Amino acid sequence: MIRLIELIGRFVEILWSTLMSFARELGKILLLLCATMKQLILPPFELKNTFKQIIEVGIKSLPVVVITAVFTGMVLALQSYTGFKRFNAEVLVGTVVALSITRELGPVLTGLIVAGRAGAAMAAELGTMRVTEQIDALETLATNPVKYLIVPRFIAGVIMLPSLTIVADFVGIIGGYFVGVTVLGANSSVYWKRTWDYLEITDIYNGLIKACFFGASIAIISCYKGFYTEGGAEGVGKATTGAVVLSSMTILISDYFLSAWLFK
Amino acid sequence: MIEIVNLHKSFGKNQVLRGATLKVEKGESMVVIGGSGSGKSVLIKHIIGFLKPDEGSVMIDSVDIANLSENERYETRKRFGMLFQMAALFDSMKVWENVAFALIRHGKLKDKEAKEIAVEKLRAVGLVGVEDLMPSELSGGMKKRVGLARAIAHSPEILLYDEPTTGLDPIMADAINDLIIEMKKRLSVTSVAITHDMHSAYKIADRIAMLYEGRIVQTGTPDEIRNTDNAIVRQFITGSAVGPIKIEGVTA
Repeated sequence: MIRLIELIGRFVEILWSTLMSFARELGKILLLLCATMKQLILPPFELKNTFKQIIEVGIKSLPVVVITAVFTGMVLALQSYTGFKRFNAEVLVGTVVALSITRELGPVLTGLIVAGRAGAAMAAELGTMRVTEQIDALETLATNPVKYLIVPRFIAGVIMLPSLTIVADFVGIIGGYFVGVTVLGANSSVYWKRTWDYLEITDIYNGLIKACFFGASIAIISCYKGFYTEGGAEGVGKATTGAVVLSSMTILISDYFLSAWLFK
Repeated sequence: MIEIVNLHKSFGKNQVLRGATLKVEKGESMVVIGGSGSGKSVLIKHIIGFLKPDEGSVMIDSVDIANLSENERYETRKRFGMLFQMAALFDSMKVWENVAFALIRHGKLKDKEAKEIAVEKLRAVGLVGVEDLMPSELSGGMKKRVGLARAIAHSPEILLYDEPTTGLDPIMADAINDLIIEMKKRLSVTSVAITHDMHSAYKIADRIAMLYEGRIVQTGTPDEIRNTDNAIVRQFITGSAVGPIKIEGVTA
């Protein structure tokens, strides 16, 4: 009996300390977000660095995003066709592809790709700068590292995630169209009509709002992980993994709540 | 003038500084010696305002830097230059961009003018023709020189050296010592160096202070330190494993 109580006690203790460390981390991320917002509106503006990050986050992620979106659109058309055929609803394939891509898969897949590519790079770069004292060096050169390092990455995330999502939406729908018309033999004009008939501008628009949120989350989480790296090369590795895991989790979990809120 | 008064700092349960007091006069070269983990780095991080004291104060020309606003703190930093242990060069920038960083950022200089000044500062630390290289292409000693050029580029009044000779071969270390002496003569700066390299300390210091268990146990000219009666300082400067200083993690 005593052993059982002891065990329950230990369990509660571990649960409590995990919850506390989660709350502490969340608090620190929010503080960093506040500091970033403050530096975002105060001049001088880091145009050169921001431009560099826009290239890094946006342009360099473009090929992966395009390939992922094209094949997602293609497989979506293929799967929904075989499924819908069972109850003679093949004509709806175009609609399903367009709605799934714009509302859900465009922003989420783009978010996950950027989290894996750019988020990891942000955490690794800032983490290395931290452990090699480059962030301290910025401070000694009277330069606020939040302004110099984090604000440009944050702006790049918030701007480029929706931009990439627009591309993903477009090529995803094209991918679905390609499979629908050339592989499955759907009528081209009917497919197009079905694609656009039920697609509303709010589907695309709300998808982009989600993308904006994902971009901000990836940037702030990855920068946080990198910025507060401790303990040499191992620490940089942990920060990078942590950034990708936490960003991806945040995307997937917040996606549900954002969708519930936006697509009422 | 730098005045450190009764400085306390703990990290969790680890009390690193326990009432360190030290005064560095204007134009003086002060070297703080002490073993690994004695709190030298923590001390220097307080001088430049990276850390806030738990108790006590750090005054730069009679201004307590812990009480400054963020903007004032960054303004004060412009009076400082710091050479880091591993040089801490920005590895995404060319050598000259590293050196000219503060000039372009705060001096609002155009790239061309800033590069000219950077080349001149590099020459002052004995480097020619490296301005367009990346930091990864330099040897350890060259990196330190570039780090020094970057630290002096904006003509600071106070120079801080974090283990300036650590990790260098003896000849390169001595060359860095000579450079530090030259900088002092040429720029008439106030400087604080932390080191455990006694050869370097004797050479560059006007005065030496020994930090032990979070307090300054003795301050004196190199000659006074060399002939000290203090058992702790004696053990440290002679580099003996036997004496009042306990080696951390090792039982006698």
